Amino acid sequence: MGPITSRLATMMTPKGWAALAAALLVFAVVLPVLNLAVPPGSPFHLPDFAVSLIGKYLCFAMLALALDLIWGFAGALSLGHGAFFALGGYCMGMYLMRQIGERGVYGHPTLPDFMVFLDWDELPWYWYGFDNFGFAMLMVMLVPGLLALIFGWLAFRSRISGVYFSIITQAMTFALMLAFFRNEMGFGGNNGLTDFKDILGFTIQSQQTRVGLMIASAVALALALLVCLFVVTSKLGRVLVAVRDAENRVRFLGYSVTHAKLLVFVLSAVLAGIAGALYVPQVGIINPGEFSPANSIEVAVWVAVGGRGTLLGPILGAVSVNAAESYFTGFAPDLWLFVLGGLFITVTLFLPQGILGLLRGLRDRLRGTARTPVAETAGHA
Amino acid sequence: MPEDAALTLAEEPQGSGAAPAPAPSPTHETLLYIDGVSVSFDGFKALNNLSLVVEAGELRTIIGPNGAGKTTMMDVVTGKTRPDHGAVSFNGDIDLTKLDEVAIARLGIGRKFQRPTVFEKLSVWENLDLAIKDRRGVFHVLFSRLKAEQRRRIEEILEVIGLADRRHEAAGLLSHGQKQWLEIGMLLIQDPQLLLLDEPVAGMTDKETERTAELILDIARQHTVIVVEHDMAFVRDLGAKTTVLHEGSVLAEGTVEAVQNHPRVIEVYLGR
Repeated sequence: MGPITSRLATMMTPKGWAALAAALLVFAVVLPVLNLAVPPGSPFHLPDFAVSLIGKYLCFAMLALALDLIWGFAGALSLGHGAFFALGGYCMGMYLMRQIGERGVYGHPTLPDFMVFLDWDELPWYWYGFDNFGFAMLMVMLVPGLLALIFGWLAFRSRISGVYFSIITQAMTFALMLAFFRNEMGFGGNNGLTDFKDILGFTIQSQQTRVGLMIASAVALALALLVCLFVVTSKLGRVLVAVRDAENRVRFLGYSVTHAKLLVFVLSAVLAGIAGALYVPQVGIINPGEFSPANSIEVAVWVAVGGRGTLLGPILGAVSVNAAESYFTGFAPDLWLFVLGGLFITVTLFLPQGILGLLRGLRDRLRGTARTPVAETAGHA
Repeated sequence: MPEDAALTLAEEPQGSGAAPAPAPSPTHETLLYIDGVSVSFDGFKALNNLSLVVEAGELRTIIGPNGAGKTTMMDVVTGKTRPDHGAVSFNGDIDLTKLDEVAIARLGIGRKFQRPTVFEKLSVWENLDLAIKDRRGVFHVLFSRLKAEQRRRIEEILEVIGLADRRHEAAGLLSHGQKQWLEIGMLLIQDPQLLLLDEPVAGMTDKETERTAELILDIARQHTVIVVEHDMAFVRDLGAKTTVLHEGSVLAEGTVEAVQNHPRVIEVYLGR
């Protein structure tokens, strides 16, 4: 085996690779065909609303995956990941706003409607360049990444960890929410950015575009999973586990705990930003509500429910909790928050490894074997 | 250990006076030079004008009653604690008081803590892999893979510390003594210039203690080692130059026998 193939083999078992390929096939080929090519009358037809829903869930799954990287593997529970998601979303929203052009209510060639409404004469400098898709996508990664770099550097350098880190990240997203609510910020204030027309020339409302966005979300999630797997199966992944267990000891070995955490935090923020950017065109709006502290806490619930530190678990957690939410808000919207709270308590008390831990436990019991968790991550095959 | 001191009470102390050890001065062979270091915590002087010289290639044991400042001294050398006064120089001209733990570890000073702190979730092999001498930069660590010679080195160390057949087990499953050995192995594989061992035989059985003494003597052939210890039997086994700390400064220094027979040392250990 060459060095690259042997490295890929340490990331996942052949079975794992096959499962990933199969999942990608389902989301990027089978489901689109069932929606677009199978006629609506057929029992195999995938309804349009399901495409939007799945696309949204895939974005949430990517956000949960991002949080798992920093929480599950580096032990730093960020309760501000919603902020990185929202910032990525805003960057995408700015691109989509610029695409509207003269089709806005006020028909201004460059200024978005809300700026005309505020009597602004020209585009603020930070809106420059967002008419270019490539630039906007760069910003989708750069803005959350840079915020995480600065914020993380200040926090990790001062050895802020545990609950204190959670609190300041929560404060960060709250502060951003208040800032984005202000009209003077130039991001549409309370209403945020909406009324998008098209993306890369495709009409945003058309079913084909929606399917395309779902496929893009599935591919992005798969790539994000691979990036995360690469990190956690590298020696850095083992350094992170060591940091989680005995942070001080790692320093005396000569590893910079600050740098290790920072790298993972920035990477995690970038992934969250991409997830947000994919989310916004699918829901058609981004507003300051996305920064709300409760959103970020909910992401932590998805991760905990799915199984912290497993990468796959948080994906399952995000999808199942959101599916449950869609279901409950359908017939008993008042009940949902209680269900969510109860779920979190139950998982914390009885399922420390989440759904995935439960499934693995069942599998091992069926096989009658006890598995040591270490053997799996050991990168010395 | 009071009883050890008591055993030697009857013997004639070497040297007549109870004069403190003369202040040491560094030579060109000096690896570590602690010069007049003081540290206080809320008014309590953990180290009081402590001076100590360790030569390159030396094995040194440091003893002293609880609160004598042994661990604080190690904290100062490894950058965990900043001294209020004094200087600590390493390898001649490197001022350790200006560096943090990470930088000091990268200079080649390895430390074993009092309580064994191996990474319990990682396997024995992975623990050694983390400790192995290699670049520590975060991007290097992200992309690096073990080289064949590093594998061989890990195998070698596994043999030295006697854990070759437990390499794939989680370190958390090892016995107390085995964890201590693994930690010593992790120090060795860093190939440090200076090893600091804080109570390496604490909580070990007699047999494990004996084995550890052999291990340390073996290591000391090629490394400079400082051992902080309570166990006098173990200190005698090592038979190295011994420094006695008391109330944050050096009380006596010399061979194990000389130190044990020192009247001030006897007085301090007996507490009267």
